[in-house]
Amino acid sequence: MLLSKGTKSTSNQLTEALLAEHRPVLFRYALLQLRDNELADDAVQETLLAAWQTASSFEGKAGLRTWLVGILKHKIADHWRRTVREVVTSDFDSVDNEEGEAGEGDENDFFMSDGHWNSGPTSWNDPEAALNQQEFWAIYEACQNNLPPKMAKVFMLRELVGLETDEVCRETGLSDANYWVTMHRARLRLRECLETRWFNQSKAKKEKRHA
Amino acid sequence: MRNCREITALVSQGMDKKLSFGERLAIGFHVMMCSHCRNFQSQSQFMRKAARRYTGQLQNRPDKKP
Ligand SMILES: [Zn+2]
Repeated sequence: MLLSKGTKSTSNQLTEALLAEHRPVLFRYALLQLRDNELADDAVQETLLAAWQTASSFEGKAGLRTWLVGILKHKIADHWRRTVREVVTSDFDSVDNEEGEAGEGDENDFFMSDGHWNSGPTSWNDPEAALNQQEFWAIYEACQNNLPPKMAKVFMLRELVGLETDEVCRETGLSDANYWVTMHRARLRLRECLETRWFNQSKAKKEKRHA
Repeated sequence: MRNCREITALVSQGMDKKLSFGERLAIGFHVMMCSHCRNFQSQSQFMRKAARRYTGQLQNRPDKKP
């Protein structure tokens, strides 16, 4: 790097405030994997500290957040190496090579060959009210976890962690086109699951499709 | 004319990027007449809201600092 090694040049690029801006996203990312506020907080803290200390190795090419997420991943991996729990993380980082889980058949479950809905979305009765019910969140979580791993990852990075579309693509190695397809399928599936298991519970139309 | 399958794909894309005027028009016109796609549209927005709320719950703890 051309930058002279002094702290002055790097602090021009990376200020504490700049790093702090990314804290919420990093925190949500960590939380989803560690499932524990304190652990997530620690991991983010360590990440920001490490970033601060190694600011000179930041090349700015990939973008600050990508770089930070990269550090955070290591911190999280460290954590899992230390403790032996293997809970949720595996579906986050080790699914990159899955193929075909979001196969062609997926949308055909929802649409007929002429492009019309198979059994289309019905209207939901007072969805806002559901947000305040504890039972709803259990269903929501179950539905979200029911998504195929890679799909779940993409959906979570976008909607829960709050990464931008291009960041999700970098993070998952998806092409732009695949991103749209994957997100769309995730929404179709999640929507249907919520409808079946919560909003239309009374109608209980059992579908054969089940992972 | 785009069918439901295509319209919903556009609706999904519209959640994450700005669609062209023509695309937005196509969606608007379609959902005026198609309740299924209209439901899909509003429910997609609802799911986004739910996802954020879900994360909010995860990080809710009394001693959390901003
Ligand atoms: Zn339609």
